[in-house]
Amino acid sequence: MSTATARKAPRGQDSDSLARRPWKGKVREYDLFKELTVALVVVGLITLTLSAVLGSPDEPSVTLKSWATAAPADFVATATAELGGTSETAGYGPPYNSTPDATQKIGAFDPQSFSGVQLPIDTAKDLVLDPLSTLNSPPTELADWTSATDTQRADWTTAYTDALGKAKDNDPANVATGDYGPVPALTDSLLTMAKQGALDGVLQAKDQFYNFDYTRGTLFLGDGSYFPDLATAAHLTGDQWGMMNETGNTPGQSWLWLFSFWYQVEPFVSAPNADLLVVLLMLLLSVLLTLVPLIPGLRDIPRWIPVHRLIWRDYYERR
Amino acid sequence: MSAPVGTRQTPEDQAEYHTWTGKARGWLLRRLPADKLLPEDQPSYVASWIYVFGMGAIVSLVFILVSGVVLSLNGPSWYHVSGLGHFVNSVHLWSVELFFMTMVIHLWGKYWMAAWRGGRTLTWITGMGAFLVSIVTAFTGYLLQTNFDSQWIAFEGKDALNSAGIGAWFNVANLGQIFMFHIILLPVAVGAVVALHVVLVRMHGVVPPLEAAESDAQLQPGANTESTEAGR
Repeated sequence: MSTATARKAPRGQDSDSLARRPWKGKVREYDLFKELTVALVVVGLITLTLSAVLGSPDEPSVTLKSWATAAPADFVATATAELGGTSETAGYGPPYNSTPDATQKIGAFDPQSFSGVQLPIDTAKDLVLDPLSTLNSPPTELADWTSATDTQRADWTTAYTDALGKAKDNDPANVATGDYGPVPALTDSLLTMAKQGALDGVLQAKDQFYNFDYTRGTLFLGDGSYFPDLATAAHLTGDQWGMMNETGNTPGQSWLWLFSFWYQVEPFVSAPNADLLVVLLMLLLSVLLTLVPLIPGLRDIPRWIPVHRLIWRDYYERR
Repeated sequence: MSAPVGTRQTPEDQAEYHTWTGKARGWLLRRLPADKLLPEDQPSYVASWIYVFGMGAIVSLVFILVSGVVLSLNGPSWYHVSGLGHFVNSVHLWSVELFFMTMVIHLWGKYWMAAWRGGRTLTWITGMGAFLVSIVTAFTGYLLQTNFDSQWIAFEGKDALNSAGIGAWFNVANLGQIFMFHIILLPVAVGAVVALHVVLVRMHGVVPPLEAAESDAQLQPGANTESTEAGR
């Protein structure tokens, strides 16, 4: 407004001093409870209408049974990797195990290592051997595995993994003859156990009646291809903005758009420590936005770009 | 030292408060008298659609809490097998979507109004706190769906949390842990921060326009016959 230039105090200071004390000027009638009631009715109608018309998605969960039934070759290959300690989980590092150089870090800053191994998982023991040992008639090959050396075990699982990769359709039935030790028998027994639905219960229960922890089953599923392939088909993976997507066409956590965005661009896409970089960047941005009132420059942008002229258009017209 | 029994004390007179309780009451009443807490008028500049979104977020939160209570009373798997449960789940979902939509519009509206002016810094900070805690709360809600989506979010989401070193204590694949976060700890946090935010808004009042000045017509008594002069 042109008259503002004639005032003694700079415009910003005058405005701020006004903001510091109770408003002494004109007022308009305002009914808080009436606004609350109207808002309840309007938001209620919108919510109920959207719920009735669009509903909400509920894609059934994947079980070890459904995985073993739908993709037995992938299940056996994954079980072999768990047995040989070559799966993603086996080499993950804290909080599941202490695999060297597996953590995401920035220089010496390594919070993943600082946390330690809090949820220990030995993939061969926890995901394959222990479940098989709960069977009424555990496979006799368990003893062969137990009595073998680490080198022998690694040779068997490596050879069987290679053979599965070369077999037609990666089907264990088409694997060429070779020295795989007890690995085919163990993984086949686990496949049978999974197809019967027993593995889901055993992995979750951990010999207890009550259990709320699905960590081991979730990691086992994720080590295979079947589960991630389903997620890819549903546009849920990280490189598909999956963090903010939901199954079907329902909007998901769209407020995570910026978190998802960083996973789509360099240098984060190819950074081995992308998760840590993105987490720290989002923490920094969140702190900056929270402390905007205290940060010169950021707090001045609303004065430089006068969006407020639209918001208070009526006030400015009647100055 | 305590005040004589039966002594009448007024909020305006701090000297009459002798107990911690009385002083706390005096402090509260001076900062948030009844006409500020439940006002019947607002400054004339409070006349824009942008002002409805804060109330929209609060009302959406009411629908989130009500539908969430119904879901929690029936357990996390109820909505898979019940038509009513699925509808309540849908209400929970859509009220969350509306909550974030209205809250984000409210947030950016307040940014462009530089609404932290005049000692309102803490109001802005608590508003941002409500936004950030709500994001974590919603994330735990998505993990509680007990369906394919929650399975995948748990698998995918663990990496960021593990990289930050908190994956064991915020284990996205531990349903019991996430359940407690979602239905107890985080809703209490959201409720507390939102309540503090609303109280601060009422204490400080709605921020005047940028560039407003003492010489503005609306600060001159009697210049506008359509409005009522402020009595405070």
